Amino acid sequence: MTGVLKKQNWLVHILMIVFCFVMFYPVLWWIGASFKSTAEISLPSLFPKVWLWQNYTEGWNALPKYTFTRFFMNSLKLNVATTVLHVISASLVAFGFARLTFPLKGLWFSILMMTLMLPGQVTLIPQYTMFHSFDWINTYLPLIVPSAMGGAFFIFLIVQFIRGIPRELDESAKIDGCTWFGIYLRIVMPLTLPALITVMIFSFIWGWDDYFGPLIYLNTVDKYTVPLALRMFIDSQSAVPWGQLLAVSLLSVLPPVVIFFLAQKHFVEGIATSGLKG
Amino acid sequence: MNAQTIPAADKAPPGKNMKTVAKTWKGRWNAPLAGYLFIAPWLLGFLILQLWPIIQSFYLSFTEFSLLEPARWIGLKNYQDISQDRLFFNSLKVTFLYVITSVPLKLLAALLVAMLLNRNIRGISFYRTIIYLPSLIGGSLAVAVLWRNIFGLNGFINQLAIMVGIAPKNWIGTPSTALGTLVLLTAWQFGSSMIIFLAGLKQVPGELYEAASVDGATPFRKFVRITLPMLSPVILFNLIMGIINAFQMFTSAFVVTNGGPVNSTEMFALFLYNKAFGSLQMGYASALAWILLVIIGIATAINFIASKYWVFYETETEGRK
Repeated sequence: MTGVLKKQNWLVHILMIVFCFVMFYPVLWWIGASFKSTAEISLPSLFPKVWLWQNYTEGWNALPKYTFTRFFMNSLKLNVATTVLHVISASLVAFGFARLTFPLKGLWFSILMMTLMLPGQVTLIPQYTMFHSFDWINTYLPLIVPSAMGGAFFIFLIVQFIRGIPRELDESAKIDGCTWFGIYLRIVMPLTLPALITVMIFSFIWGWDDYFGPLIYLNTVDKYTVPLALRMFIDSQSAVPWGQLLAVSLLSVLPPVVIFFLAQKHFVEGIATSGLKG
Repeated sequence: MNAQTIPAADKAPPGKNMKTVAKTWKGRWNAPLAGYLFIAPWLLGFLILQLWPIIQSFYLSFTEFSLLEPARWIGLKNYQDISQDRLFFNSLKVTFLYVITSVPLKLLAALLVAMLLNRNIRGISFYRTIIYLPSLIGGSLAVAVLWRNIFGLNGFINQLAIMVGIAPKNWIGTPSTALGTLVLLTAWQFGSSMIIFLAGLKQVPGELYEAASVDGATPFRKFVRITLPMLSPVILFNLIMGIINAFQMFTSAFVVTNGGPVNSTEMFALFLYNKAFGSLQMGYASALAWILLVIIGIATAINFIASKYWVFYETETEGRK
């Protein structure tokens, strides 16, 4: 019996290794190509004969006026702000929905779930005109302020997680005279840490990758985020220096990857325990 | 509120004690003011940034509005124009094609790999990480750039094609294959669905499989009779969210192909963006947004109705621990 199982496991390992290799191949190719000259990129080898490290430095400084340091700092500032707001608000709102009873709670929660399905295009134009009338165009405010509402998906994720925490803990705290906010802050919030980390990762990655928001709200280069700068890089040269472009692109996906690896353990726990069962 | 309920519980006669205590426990969670304070960030955001804009965009869909001048009421004209717009029907066709190919492909890959990984083998976290990586970076503009190069005329796919003796081809520049490159880009990111499936598979009780083995069930039968039904709520969740996201796909269509060639990848969201911010036809674009809302609503409703026939809810797991 165990012999059969072992054989099966070997088969799984071989299958998975082949599969992972295919999945990972574009990234490998990407790493190799980021060191190649434009001529060599169109040759069928994975890695270059001559490693052009200068692709990275030249790509970093390729745009006039500002280097990519500026764009990375812009993206970082923007996304730290939105991530912090998402985590704080989503956790407060989720506690309210998961633990407290109040009139119309059921209705509001169903509405929250329905907004998960709301296409952003429906609110896009009125939101744009609203922010336009506040004089917020070409500032980060239209990108930051909406995250103060917590985000329906994030709230749902934390609600699911809180439902798994036994109520006895809050009850005993209530007897000891803890306020609602005290229960939230001292008991429930610390226990939801895996869910909060999951929200943090998702919020940061989605925010970092967001192209559409910055595209419509930011117009001057000094405020550009990394995706907008990359797009400008493609458009600014008639013959795209692919090696340099791929090098800077590769650097641009590093922050989400690093954050994911640092928090990976909590992240998987957060998804698994909140179940995401709908 | 709480100050009142606590003495009441103290005064209760011993016989009724259990019942009253239970009732007051329930009462303790009843906190209208605190409840609304806690959900206030979302509620305010919903009213100001979602509900009001939804109403406004419905109104705008009956107007001509260029942002520079105030909106002018034109009745149903936007909708009439849309019904005669060849590009609208083209974008609808392209989007549907994209949804019905990319979503099943992604879910199928996610399910298969989750089944493979749902066992005690070493190195599982390594495989999981590698498979999750594309989902981690796939939404970024950088990967769209990568895709443009990989499938480009001198790209990696053509190098492969030459090696196996197929004539190289401009995958992105050919109308019949351009959409396929975007479908592949989406399917490549199946890792996030896979992790959710894996979490779902872990919750299927092992006894079910043991009982089935005793009855002599084949692995295929176990899959169809146990795994699929137990996993069906998770499949439904992934299916609905996948479809909703696919209908709104924008970045890769914008960067990899920019709607071309010959509008063969002009997704609905891209078409809408061009109308709104390219030619400043905000009223027309609002009407398009409302059509998208109705389409997504219908697709979701169909999914929910159909789910009655294939999604299995275990009544006992209602109050999951």
